[in-house]
Amino acid sequence: MAGTALQRRLTWRVAEVVDLGDETPRVRSLVLSVPGWPGHLAGQHVDVRLTADDGYQAERSYSIASAPAAGERLTLTVERLADGEVSPYLAGELRAGDKLELRGPIGGYFVWDIAIGGPLLLVAGGSGICPLMAMLRLRQAAGSDIPTRLLYSSRSLEEVIYRNELDRLVATGTALDVRLTLTRDQPERWAGYHRRIDTDMLTEVAWAPNERPLTFVCGPTPLVESVAESLVNLGHEPTRIKTERFGPTGG
Amino acid sequence: MGFVSRAFKGRPRDQPRDARVPPGQYLVRDFPVLSAGPTPHTPLAEWSFSIDGEVDAEKHWTWEELRALPSETVTRDIHCVTKWSKLDTIWEGVSVDTLLEGVETAADYVMAVCDGGYTTNLPLEDLTGGKAWIAHAFDGQPLESQHGGPGRLLVPHLYFWKSAKWIRGLRLMNDDSPGFWETYGYHMYGDPWLEQRYSGD
Repeated sequence: MAGTALQRRLTWRVAEVVDLGDETPRVRSLVLSVPGWPGHLAGQHVDVRLTADDGYQAERSYSIASAPAAGERLTLTVERLADGEVSPYLAGELRAGDKLELRGPIGGYFVWDIAIGGPLLLVAGGSGICPLMAMLRLRQAAGSDIPTRLLYSSRSLEEVIYRNELDRLVATGTALDVRLTLTRDQPERWAGYHRRIDTDMLTEVAWAPNERPLTFVCGPTPLVESVAESLVNLGHEPTRIKTERFGPTGG
Repeated sequence: MGFVSRAFKGRPRDQPRDARVPPGQYLVRDFPVLSAGPTPHTPLAEWSFSIDGEVDAEKHWTWEELRALPSETVTRDIHCVTKWSKLDTIWEGVSVDTLLEGVETAADYVMAVCDGGYTTNLPLEDLTGGKAWIAHAFDGQPLESQHGGPGRLLVPHLYFWKSAKWIRGLRLMNDDSPGFWETYGYHMYGDPWLEQRYSGD
């Protein structure tokens, strides 16, 4: 489990919002310009810090959704939580030209690069798609044909984040398969899955264990726990299953 | 300071509880789960706990032997580096002081070693003097596997990644050496009150 040591001190940087766009009714992407940004790996996150005029501060972590690229731009995708403290501000109040403080990149385990290879199995629940999207965007930008399957669980089609872009990636990319499961509401004549991810679904979608896929699972804890456990029971190597959580906790 | 986020208000902040919440943290009522991989499920019959490394004589316990040692019930606040804090959590566990009784060592550091390959490093003095336990129960119930059961290290005065889940042993070391998250840039010590989240903080 040796990793690349990160010895650089993580300083707070002032980022400027250069663009915003709604992904779903509750989810907004922020394109930030971050002077001095040192670059990141797909799967890493940043800490965002907000400061009120009386000095009160709130910090939260957000995955980076954009592919690693030269330059100072990065994209965060934020789900607005009803009782949240930070997310309603980021995904509601912020306007182009506003500034916020962040530091990163953080995390070196839940990361993927072309050189790491595949086949890749990506399993997402809700906004857990965000760090996996950075991987898919990297794969596309590099013109990679590393065999990749995404299984993405969402409550409804309207809540599927990056829906159009995922369609585009499948249409224009190579060796990428995207499967959706809609757990609450399905459109008429929906031919895809319409239940929570379970062992049968993983048997159908996942690579066979003897193909030794590298798996990234990100979503709410019950999904992550059950997917990781099912994959281990199906014979996948535990050390090739990497997990990250997104839950209602977070604000 | 100087930087102000336009139109950011934040939560009301006149509650007395705030004095127990370290900088950059917020309170939760649930118990979030974080781990880097699948939850291991070692059968209790195969479970053992070791103290080894820079010691004159290694010590080993089976699960039954560990549970036969005196346990303490402690109520502590816990602080996760991912920003959540949880107050007044109730644990039952065997004090690390009890496990270290009779151990002869010149070591100053410890690597906590766990099922699934997880490790984390701590100074030995942060595990002694009634500051650390091998916890086997939470809220009066056997510790659930997703929270680190059957046994996890509990070192509540440091960020909670130091309270290693699925612990199987303490390896004493003469020199400090980074564990799992520490290798990826997380702080070698992790004091929440000093906000020592990442290397260099």
